[in-house]
Amino acid sequence: MIEVRRVLCHVEDVFHEFGPPPAIPLRRGSIAAVIKNVFAGRYVQNIAPFMEELKPLGVDLAKRLLEVLDRSPAAIQGYGKAAVVGAEGELEHGALWHSPGGYGMREVLGWTQDGAAAGAGEAGPGRSALQPGNALAIVASTKKVGGPGTPIDVPLTHLNASYVRSHLDAIEVRVPGAPAADEVVYILAMSCGPRVHERLGGLRVDEIERWDGQK
Amino acid sequence: MIAAIRKIVVQLDEIRMEMGRAVEPPTRRAVAMAVIANPFAGKYAENLDVLTTIGEELGGLLGAKCVAALGIRPEDAHSYGKAAIVGEAGELEHAAAILHPKMGATLRREVGSGAALVPSAKKMGGLGTAIDVPLGHKDAAFVRSHFDAIEARVADAPRRDEIVVAIAVTDSGRPHPRVGGLQVREIQGKDGLR
Repeated sequence: MIEVRRVLCHVEDVFHEFGPPPAIPLRRGSIAAVIKNVFAGRYVQNIAPFMEELKPLGVDLAKRLLEVLDRSPAAIQGYGKAAVVGAEGELEHGALWHSPGGYGMREVLGWTQDGAAAGAGEAGPGRSALQPGNALAIVASTKKVGGPGTPIDVPLTHLNASYVRSHLDAIEVRVPGAPAADEVVYILAMSCGPRVHERLGGLRVDEIERWDGQK
Repeated sequence: MIAAIRKIVVQLDEIRMEMGRAVEPPTRRAVAMAVIANPFAGKYAENLDVLTTIGEELGGLLGAKCVAALGIRPEDAHSYGKAAIVGEAGELEHAAAILHPKMGATLRREVGSGAALVPSAKKMGGLGTAIDVPLGHKDAAFVRSHFDAIEARVADAPRRDEIVVAIAVTDSGRPHPRVGGLQVREIQGKDGLR
């Protein structure tokens, strides 16, 4: 059972960035959980089993983030994840978040273990019959070791095709006062749309064809 | 709405443990920030009424955002605070015009009451400048358990000709308060102080 010391939710509405305002402002958000680093201060070889313990946290944070965004899973278009490890930890402790954070969030957004088999040929909410499930793309990530209040830029990509250029983005996350030396901040981020004035072409959302998580 | 808003950011900070001890109920602090265009950027203006009207609007808008983020009834708010960061092409007095004349009244409407002064902070700043928004109990400024602060910061603001305006609202005091002073149960709530 993971003990969460603190949770910081962040929601932003971007109305414009000095260009023509979009009809619907861009909503993006992040959630950061501050937890004890159980491996702080020493080298532990076998840390991988801790990923199992982090699984419920990934799911909980993804659900809570949807709540504070006030959006349904179908409205989410981009995502990312990150970790900031306190001074008595190592980068590898941040890497523990890859699987529980990424898959936790993807499950909440409609991904299944056997997504292709489960969803192929069925038009789910907000998607065509060609799309085998949702949240098909790898969840882009960053990690660092840092002191209290260290900011981290969480990369964002389209949740079904990493190459969709309009959705390549990032959101800065920072918890004032955390992580302490013996803590880790685990972060999830979601976006409800593309960059506010995206206009650089590339693969468009309506051009996703392969449904392999990339294109 | 007179304010030209580029961005709104809302944060909810929930402290469940401190020094290894559970905080029950958790300390919950919301801060809502608006990034607005500074109508007086780059020029000296004697009359700053436009900013005062903007402050009046934002007191209500950002106060409501905080209460919504906390998921509470307005009357269940405990403490509040306000702050502004003025971009380089403005002056400190622009923050004063937003914060002081009319913002308090609209904020108080969103939190049910508010006999106490709304504590404030202001500064000039650049992109990503952080400001510590002071917090005080809304009905009695001397309630020691609720003297606190929460940091407000927007990574890409204020630009030179922008102002970041922040309102903070809580439904609780500090985690594990134990330095005495006036207690919540002793509030009379009439003079704003006790």
